[in-house]
Formats: sequence, structure tokens, C-alpha cells
Amino acid sequence: MLHEYIFASSIDAALALLAQGKGKNRIIAGGTDLVLQKEWAGKETEVLVDLSKISNLSEIHEENGWLSIGANVTHNQAAFSPLIREKARALADACSKVGGKQVRNIATLAGNVVTALPAADAAVALTALGALCRIRDSSGASRDLPMTEMYRGVAQSAIDSRTQILTHIRIPVCGAGCGSSYMRMEQRKALSLPMLCVAVRIKLEGGAIQEAGIAMAPVGPAPKRAGEAEAFLIGKKAERAVFQEAAALACSQASFRSSAVRGSKEFRHAVLPVFIVRGLEEATQRAAATA
Amino acid sequence: MAKTLSFVLNGEPVEAYVDPGAMLADVLRDTLGLTGTKIGCKSGDCGACTVLLNGAAVNSCMIPAGKVQGASIITIEGVGSSGKLHPIQQAFIDEGSVQCGFCTPGMILAAKALLDVNPAPGKEEIREAMSGNLCRCTGYVKIENAVVKAAGLMRESGSHAGCGCTGEE
Repeated sequence: MLHEYIFASSIDAALALLAQGKGKNRIIAGGTDLVLQKEWAGKETEVLVDLSKISNLSEIHEENGWLSIGANVTHNQAAFSPLIREKARALADACSKVGGKQVRNIATLAGNVVTALPAADAAVALTALGALCRIRDSSGASRDLPMTEMYRGVAQSAIDSRTQILTHIRIPVCGAGCGSSYMRMEQRKALSLPMLCVAVRIKLEGGAIQEAGIAMAPVGPAPKRAGEAEAFLIGKKAERAVFQEAAALACSQASFRSSAVRGSKEFRHAVLPVFIVRGLEEATQRAAATA
Repeated sequence: MAKTLSFVLNGEPVEAYVDPGAMLADVLRDTLGLTGTKIGCKSGDCGACTVLLNGAAVNSCMIPAGKVQGASIITIEGVGSSGKLHPIQQAFIDEGSVQCGFCTPGMILAAKALLDVNPAPGKEEIREAMSGNLCRCTGYVKIENAVVKAAGLMRESGSHAGCGCTGEE
């Protein structure tokens, strides 16, 4: 039974409130996923600890080669952030597709990651971009976990919101010669979960690929990096024939289920290579524009 | 376990004695008697329950009441005033954008959130701002036309004079 709703004044205060609750208190960000889940529906949660008034968690800034995004940053803020649009375009585009405007005004990137759905748009983009999640717990410890380790299963996060807080998401800034892209297959332009999504990051030097990141979803419990395709791309020329070979390698690592609502596995398997090629081409164009 | 909730509603301070886990839409409708906010899906998928929270459009069906402590909430009852329609409301009437009317309060508030910061939105900006509002009756074209018309009415009436808004998010 929910007894109280408390706005924490600081991260330390929030952690203290979680510790006091002994498992009955939990963090709420925007709450748009949480309120639909049964854990909070009166039986298991007594106190919600809201982070939204901790001001330094609403910042987006670049520091020492990292783009730092605070836990309170909403999808709308990320979608329209000049810094994110310039340095991590795939993330801005992904955030612009979450839910509808009203959801994006209050739902956070951190919440998107912690909810741990297989095709959470922001999480997919963050996976391709090589993001790290800074986690604090009530012992005072702070650690960075890569996006690839943030999922324990479908809707099971590596973070326990009853004892831990995801305070910042950090993305390595790539600099000149870098571009990224987000491709989404959807039944509607808004208010629609993705049938398939692909995020791509690429770094070029002299027309050759130096770094590559490809994340695809939903191909399992978590967004998946196409490791073989990424390794194949390194050192190759950024051109369509190369992208098509990479796409074929990525497809061999993707496993879809058929869904009456979100598409058959055969259809999604057929679209995946197209999205990867398009994503790589778009990321290449953007990378070339920065060189 | 009910608690006292204090916030600013349509410009006036209010207090309500509510379950902190109750959703804002239910508090507005059942506790405060403001039934202009409609409940459609209760899952953030239709926008019928849209209100403005500190100026931003949100789905009140998904906001725990405790979250609005100290905040400013605008409902459809706070748009326009007795005997004087807001330009957005007038535009919805002029353009024939209302059929059953169930989506209309949410649509008007989503439009208001946009036009309060962007006085001259393009079609794509309007569509993005209204992307969380579904309508089963009209086919959206007349709603979009109404938002364009409302933008013009608001500019003519000087609604943005001194607001400093530049049209950027």
C-alpha cells in the first residue's frame, strides 16, 4: 500500500530513503512505465522516492570527452538538445519516437534503460553508442556499467530500483568523422512500440571505417550488438557493398519471434538488413559532414 | 493512507486530501469535481486525459498524485474564462474540429502547450506536439487546421507580447 510520495533533495538523501525502506521504497522517475507495472500497484511499494527535484540530474553536458546525461533528462529534452543532436544524433532520433509527446515530456532516458524492455528506443541507441550507466547504491559505491550489461532478462534490469540509482548516462564523444543513425519500423508515427529498430554509429578516417557500433532490437531480451558485423566493418571502405555484407553478418546473429501485433519473424528478418544498410549510409553521410 | 496534496490548479492554490498513489486524472475528476479531463485508455496511449504540468502536456492518467505537490496544473477548465473563449477553443469551433468531443479537451491542451512556446509552428511541429492525442471521429485534418488558425489568432491578439518565446523548444 503506497503510504508516501517523497521528493528527494539529493542523491544521498534518495539513497538514505531507499535504505530506510528495506525493499519497500523505490525510485520513481517519470513513472510512465512504473505505473503500469504491478510492483507498485499497492502491494509491494510503500514509498516512492522522486528524483525530479534534484536539479543537477536534469543536465546534459560534455566533459572530458564524455556526453553526460542526468537521470532526470526527459526524452523530449534529449530529442531537442543541440548537444545530443550534434554528438549523438541516433539518441536524439530514438528519444523522439518514444510514446507520444505527453510521455516524452515526463519519461526519462534513465527510466527507459531501467525498465529494460527489449526494444526500448533510447536503450537501443545508447547500446550502439557505447554508453556507460553510472550507478550508485546506499553503501556509497559508484560504478559504471556498459549498456550491454544493463539487462538481466526481459524487463529485468541490472539495477534494483529499491536499492540503487542510475544517476547519469555517459556517452563517449566521438568527434570529427563520426555519425550515427536510428532506424525504426513502426505501425504508426507515434504511440507505437517498434516492430524493429536499429541504431548505428560509425567513425570514418580517409573514407575508411575506424569504429562501428550496430545495435538491433527486438532480437532477444535486450538490444543486441552485432559484434561480427562491427568487426567486419573495421578498416573497410564505407560503401554499400561493404554495408550489405555487414548486414548479412548482423542478420545471422538476430533471432526474432513472430508476433501477431508486431510482425512475423520472417518479415522482420527481411527488413533488418535493409535497415542496417540504410542506417550505415545515413551515419556515413553525417560522419562525412563533420570531417 | 490519504495525505494532503497542495498545488496550483488553473491559477489558484488548492489542497486535496488524496491517496498518494491515486492518479492525477482521478483526483481532478473525482476529488476536485473537474470532469473536463477525460479518461480514455489509462495507459498513456490516447491523450484524452492531457493536462499541463508546469506548462508541459502530460497524461494525467499516469501521474501519481504525489508528483504534482507544489506544481502548477492547467486543465481544460482553466483555458479561456467565463464568457470568453480562448483563441484555441474558438478555432476548434470555427474549423469544425469537434465531433463527439471526447478528445477535444486533451487536444486543446496539447495545442496550448505548443502555442505557448511556439507562436508560428509548421505542420510537422504541430503533428509532433499533438502526436500523443488520438481522435476516432475527425480524421485530424480539421484539428490541425484549428491549431494553425489558433496560432494566427494568438499572434493577432498579441498573446505572446512580452513572453520572450522564440518558437524553440
